[in-house]
Amino acid sequence: MKDIILQYVIEEYLEDDDEEITYDTPLISGGFVDSFSMVSLKVFLETRFKISLPDDKATPEAFDSVNNIVNLVNEFIE
Amino acid sequence: MSNIGSLEKRIKNFDWSISEKELDYKDGDTINIAWYCSDRICQMGKADKLALIYEGFGGVEKKYTFNDIRLAGNTIAIFLRNLGIVQENRVCLFMDRIPELYLSFLGVLKIGAIVQPLFSAFGEESLYVRLENAQTRAIITQSKHLSKVRKIIDKLPSLEHIIIVDHKESKPLQKNEVPFNLEDATPIEDFEIFPTKANSPSVLHYTSGTTGQPKGVRHVHYSLISQYLTTKWILDLQDNDIYWCTADPGWVTGTSYGIIGPWSLGITQCVLNSGFSAETWYKFIEKQRITVWYSAPTAIRSLMKAGDEIVGKFDLSCLRHLASVGEPLNAEAVVWSEKVFNKQFLDTYWQTETGSIMITNFPGMKIKPGSMGKAFPGIEAALLDPKTFEPFVEHGKIGLIAFKPGWPAMMTTYWNNNEKFEEKFKNGWYLSGDRSSIDNDGYFWFTGRDDDVINTGGHLVSPFEVESALLEHEAVSESAVVAKPDEVNMEVVKAFITLKPGYEPSDELELKIMNFIRKKLSPLAMPQDIEYMDSLPKTRSGKIMRRILHAKEWGEETGDISTLDNE
Repeated sequence: MKDIILQYVIEEYLEDDDEEITYDTPLISGGFVDSFSMVSLKVFLETRFKISLPDDKATPEAFDSVNNIVNLVNEFIE
Repeated sequence: MSNIGSLEKRIKNFDWSISEKELDYKDGDTINIAWYCSDRICQMGKADKLALIYEGFGGVEKKYTFNDIRLAGNTIAIFLRNLGIVQENRVCLFMDRIPELYLSFLGVLKIGAIVQPLFSAFGEESLYVRLENAQTRAIITQSKHLSKVRKIIDKLPSLEHIIIVDHKESKPLQKNEVPFNLEDATPIEDFEIFPTKANSPSVLHYTSGTTGQPKGVRHVHYSLISQYLTTKWILDLQDNDIYWCTADPGWVTGTSYGIIGPWSLGITQCVLNSGFSAETWYKFIEKQRITVWYSAPTAIRSLMKAGDEIVGKFDLSCLRHLASVGEPLNAEAVVWSEKVFNKQFLDTYWQTETGSIMITNFPGMKIKPGSMGKAFPGIEAALLDPKTFEPFVEHGKIGLIAFKPGWPAMMTTYWNNNEKFEEKFKNGWYLSGDRSSIDNDGYFWFTGRDDDVINTGGHLVSPFEVESALLEHEAVSESAVVAKPDEVNMEVVKAFITLKPGYEPSDELELKIMNFIRKKLSPLAMPQDIEYMDSLPKTRSGKIMRRILHAKEWGEETGDISTLDNE
């Protein structure tokens, strides 16, 4: 799951080929993913992992790194 | 003691010459914003004072004195001039909030060229229409944004120079690309600044309307007169202040009050080039000891959502004065800021077209949370009857916010579209496109826009632009775009679409369409919600009735639907 999410973030949100991110890179506070784009990332997670994430759980903090996202998704996978 | 002192006295004795005198400007003199923001401050004995404290990703910090920004402005100016850029050529700044963005702003103005700042999150289509409209001759950008420029360069014959501020030698350059690393360049001590006059164009900001392509709002160097004085009296910047304007210079707040206002006053300002999180922002305020903070309601509401507890983890006692801009500031946010910061955020109201603050809450004035405040001295503001365009005499009615033209920062035209510019005036009033009421004490209360433009997080998005882009997606047959209420951003973009034969509604398709718009236009324009429809509501003549969809989203009455085609 970690790699799927990391790969998606790299392909969809990173503009510069030279930029490198890891599982711990701050995505939102680091400026790689803006708050508006979080919505598309949420839709990706919901469709890819067949889950429903409540809006109040989809916070900038919960989305701020791949590791944080994995923790969030795991909460909702049955 | 605040800079403005007694508002009543200021109103009584007001004349824009107050600002002209403080800036040693007389009618007919040369006036160049870049000179006022750097060279003049150095001549006033503040050459060694910090002008810019920059913090980037990973805590990277850079500091520039007023002499540093003067030299950098000269160096960039010479570089541009050597490329053949001359007065009134349009030079686009397409960068994140890195120091080169702020310094290039000065460099472009020093040669008399026009700065065209564009939000770096714009996708290639948004970038293209604005560069094409302005017939932009040069763009200054970063390697990370180069791919967007490369996709459109062949359609832009006027774009002769693509200047890359962080080029790495290992990467091959392509058509019209030229590297320019400021840190490697020899600083230029003396530069003869182009003698711009009051009406010489300075900045070209693009803004969205309900229909048609974005419009280039043309400002002139004389706008400094308003921007200087409003910064001094409303943001109350004083010599020892450390100021933080959170707006991006891709938008007008980021230039009028994120560059021109503070630097023309010789004030140290901070820039944080990173994404948003409550912790990052509070840490930045604490670390830089920020005293004056100019932010936006969306950010304030996001901080509210992060909770009160986190505020207590930081020493924010340095904060002296707070103000807000971009969209109406709700009363709850004002009350909250007083509770957690012991200071109220003062709402300010203005637009790209007005160039400077028009209606505002002043330091020292009684604040009515949720109100826009009162007109700035020298600004004649009124509410017009939407039918007659005559000012309402009685209070309490909702009317069109309008201003008597004549303040120094007012736009001079829409670029290549004087017809649209003329449409903004009725009976000698400039129409803002917003509605409000005025109470018995003269306070303005915002009620909404007078058109379909979506204000999301303080940024205007044209439904027409998004609808047009949606139709370019292979699956979309028809589209209608409206504002949807949002707790944090006030409004977000919502799209209603019908699909072409062979396509079925699905979450996967929704995601593909979202990402398509995000990359083509911008994250702001990306629909946060897409609803599949069998058909869109239309008039019998085939026009999509956006207002019915809007009413549905806002839980309002749909109004007259006699023209709706029910077939």
